[in-house]
Amino acid sequence: MTVVIDVQGLHKEYGATVAVDDVSFSVQEGEIFGILGPNGAGKTTTVECVEGLRVPDRGSVRVLGLDPRRDRAELTQVLGVQLQDSQMPERLKVAEALDLYSSFYRSPADWRALMEQLGLADKATTPFKKLSGGQQQRLSIALALVGNPRVAVLDELTTGLDPQARRDTWELIEGIRDRGVTIVLVSHFMEEAERLCDRVALIDSGRVAVIDSPATLAERAVSEQRIQFRPTASFDDALLTSLPEVTSVIHRGDVVVVTGNRDALNAVISVLARNQIVARQLRVDQGSLEDAFLELTGRGARNGSAHGDGQGKGER
Amino acid sequence: MTVSAQAQPAAAGPGTRRSPLAQLTRVEFRLFLRERVGPVWGVGFPILLLVIFGSIPSFKDGLADSGGLTLLDSYIPILVVMSLGLLGFVSLPLTLVNYRERGILRRLETTPAGRVRVLGAQLIVNFGMAVVTLAVLLIVARLAYDVPFPRQFGAWIITTLFAAAVILAMGLFVASIGSTARAAAAIGNVLFYPMMFFAGLWLPIPAMPETLQHIAHAFPLGAAWESFQQAALGHWPPVLALGAMAAWTVAFAVIAGRFFRWE
Repeated sequence: MTVVIDVQGLHKEYGATVAVDDVSFSVQEGEIFGILGPNGAGKTTTVECVEGLRVPDRGSVRVLGLDPRRDRAELTQVLGVQLQDSQMPERLKVAEALDLYSSFYRSPADWRALMEQLGLADKATTPFKKLSGGQQQRLSIALALVGNPRVAVLDELTTGLDPQARRDTWELIEGIRDRGVTIVLVSHFMEEAERLCDRVALIDSGRVAVIDSPATLAERAVSEQRIQFRPTASFDDALLTSLPEVTSVIHRGDVVVVTGNRDALNAVISVLARNQIVARQLRVDQGSLEDAFLELTGRGARNGSAHGDGQGKGER
Repeated sequence: MTVSAQAQPAAAGPGTRRSPLAQLTRVEFRLFLRERVGPVWGVGFPILLLVIFGSIPSFKDGLADSGGLTLLDSYIPILVVMSLGLLGFVSLPLTLVNYRERGILRRLETTPAGRVRVLGAQLIVNFGMAVVTLAVLLIVARLAYDVPFPRQFGAWIITTLFAAAVILAMGLFVASIGSTARAAAAIGNVLFYPMMFFAGLWLPIPAMPETLQHIAHAFPLGAAWESFQQAALGHWPPVLALGAMAAWTVAFAVIAGRFFRWE
């Protein structure tokens, strides 16, 4: 596997604010790499250094062996970018924007096909300001891909899209990856990262907390399992509380809620089976990437972004 | 949604790659017309003034000490300067600041378009509109109000180049120090009216007290007016006037280059 993006010891301050403290990661060719973290964690600043829009105070950044600042002309040919909240001139039409941007590149994609794939074909002559938020977002994705990039950096890909459009966009991104494009996805949507990313870097307060696959992270975060079911017959709680895997048993009406460690499910089901009880409407809440995220960034109890937020939403 | 596109070449095919600058200029020109600010103010307003002045009988009277010029004749260079000024002080900076505020310049920064082409397209569009306006002004004045064409046409063209250069440089200056569209509009207006005063919009320069006349000749739009006026009368523009415009162009361009921000 070839390393496409290599970031080492990245550090960036704005005045007294440390936006990125120490970030290192490398992205392999053909993967979808997620950069996740709370608002103000330094995600956007990190990718802006990759895009060459910012000069790091320390550290090195290489994209396909290119220096994002020094080799600007070459980098922009091979790196497609979708910026968070960037707009087009109000009266610029969809087809004009795609046609214009495609003229910047040596070997652009067929913008008409791209317009089709992103469901914008019937908006070809609609000016930017008359597009819905989702349509603007899709245009922005199309513009990031119109140069036939080898690497695409997509910042807040599906923010502002409705659930259907979000799913369509995910499929599109998977299709683009299948073409061999390496993708960096900046997101705060755990579901999106779980669905799309091969690996994710969790960034918190300007540092990489962990880099791993979403599944491994989710699994590691499972310290507790919650099992709910309706038993076919009543039973003595001691049956379950005596199990070492189980920490508590609660009754809610005729629903039983059992919490325990990650092996609790097996233990509970086999004890019930031995007593000829069937667990109906069984539901198990397992760990998710979100749990991993909250645990690793220590925000479980505080619910939301508690610090580093002085820079506001833009987190530049 | 499936993606079947395999690195297809552009519809135009290889070898016929379109020039990004030409594309940018074409698109910016269309947007300029659609936005209406530039056409209405930079082009329409000076022509409207010409029609108003041309309809006032006393503007057809001959001026004393002017070599047979009418008042209207002497106003043409002022209207020309004003038209350039409106494009430079209003249209150009408002577009650029709007693009900056809305992240459009930043987005362009991530493409191979390059800063030179992005700014170049804006300058070409505004310069092109200036040339069109000047031509329309001269033709309307000639056909409708018998104002003779400039007697020294070469001098008029040279002056147009110098004047456009200084005014576009001032436009870039306004765009570089105005951080928001509101601020840029305010700065543009604050500069525009004094500049136009020294180009004789309210009081013709020859009618000004001597001190003011000297100041006027040193100011960019006053120097532009002087050169246009000389060209209209059949003379070459004074070297001092051209020199003043060139110096102001360099000064404003340097400041703009130093302070212009792309985001």
